[in-house]
Amino acid sequence: MDNNHTVRNLILWGLGFALMVAALSMVFVYVPTEKESGIVQRIFYFHVPVAWVSFLAFFITFISSILYLRKRTTKWDAIGCASAEIGVIFTTLVLITGPIWAKPAWGIWWTWDARLTTSLVLWLIYIGYLLVRSLATDSARGARYSAVIGIVGFIDVPIVFFTVNLWRTQHPTTIIFEGGLENSMLITLLVCLAAFTVLYVILVMQSTSLKTMEAEIKHMKNIQSD
Amino acid sequence: MNRAFTKILAIFWKDLLNEFRTKEIIVSVLVFILLVLVIFNFAFDTGTGASDTVASGILWVALTFGGVIGLNRTFAIEKENSRLEGLMLCPVDRSVIYWGKLAGIFTFMLVIAVVITPVFLALFNLPIFLPRLALIIILALLGFSAVGTLFSALAVNTRSRDIMLPVLLLPVVVPVIVSAVKATGPVLAGMPWGEISTWLQIMVAFDIIYLVIATLVFEYVIEE
Repeated sequence: MDNNHTVRNLILWGLGFALMVAALSMVFVYVPTEKESGIVQRIFYFHVPVAWVSFLAFFITFISSILYLRKRTTKWDAIGCASAEIGVIFTTLVLITGPIWAKPAWGIWWTWDARLTTSLVLWLIYIGYLLVRSLATDSARGARYSAVIGIVGFIDVPIVFFTVNLWRTQHPTTIIFEGGLENSMLITLLVCLAAFTVLYVILVMQSTSLKTMEAEIKHMKNIQSD
Repeated sequence: MNRAFTKILAIFWKDLLNEFRTKEIIVSVLVFILLVLVIFNFAFDTGTGASDTVASGILWVALTFGGVIGLNRTFAIEKENSRLEGLMLCPVDRSVIYWGKLAGIFTFMLVIAVVITPVFLALFNLPIFLPRLALIIILALLGFSAVGTLFSALAVNTRSRDIMLPVLLLPVVVPVIVSAVKATGPVLAGMPWGEISTWLQIMVAFDIIYLVIATLVFEYVIEE
């Protein structure tokens, strides 16, 4: 069992490392510079995968939250929490890389467009998720409460997007994907997506096993003190 | 079904009676909202009248902030005298407790809105008789209360609960606030139904979705 774990971890780490190196070299060497927006467009290969991972992370939190409330095993709570933490970090990266790109491309740091606003609201919801965990009067409560927020918050995402989209229809912003992507750019994007997805899986697994160990140690301490 | 309704009514009646005797929530929230309106008048220098968009924003910020304060109080009262434990000892389904509390909170919010909205319209020199605004207020406050009841039951068991509730609640009710503000503007300007119907539909959808979800997950919030 333990041996299997090590082998699986090794494969994942190796795959992640290879993909990351490939992604970096493709972004900086292989892919041609975009004609209109110039060199800054390369942040796109970082921005989009990071955004994808943050949505994936919150989706996994949503699923784990449901499973935790059904089955009450610490494993699902640990996965849900780990995924939410990573999701918040990646959403923060989205909110940082976005304006860096937007300033040269659109001439503004921020606009209240549907995608941007939804990301910001999403970020705030999951900050609340993490806050509830640390401020709940005991850890079992925190797990239950955050699971409820993991469910309620995720369902809110499409509604927020739809509403804000409608709210801003009179103000069309720059269209990013006009006419699709060139082949080399698409391949680079796909490699970057794969690299970040593997990175996400590695991070969740590490964080989950850490949280499970923490819970075990806490449990042992409780037994000892009783 | 009928029995559950009687139980919901009993919890609702308890909250109503408590409010009649203490006047703790409605009066204090009303004063607070009035103060917010006064402050906004200075902040935006509205003079004799505000534009429809600014006025609609002012109304909804005031109602939202007042609502958060009211929500915090309703569950803090239950907590202070260990009444929440008493409520949980009742031989009723958890969802019955949710609907009972929701009925009380929604009613308080409505009473507050009924009193404060004419005052707001008068203060900002807007037309007083607006039946369509009543519909917007009912739909928005229902969605706000549906999520608010769930989250205030949750926030009451955390440390620094007074700040926990708005931090959790406000991002989730963003669709309601956007829709309410966008629908109120055209109503204040006397524009036709076409301008507001989409926003009303969003609020109806939000209300239904969150009433169902909150009913389903409420038992996990107050189980001990």
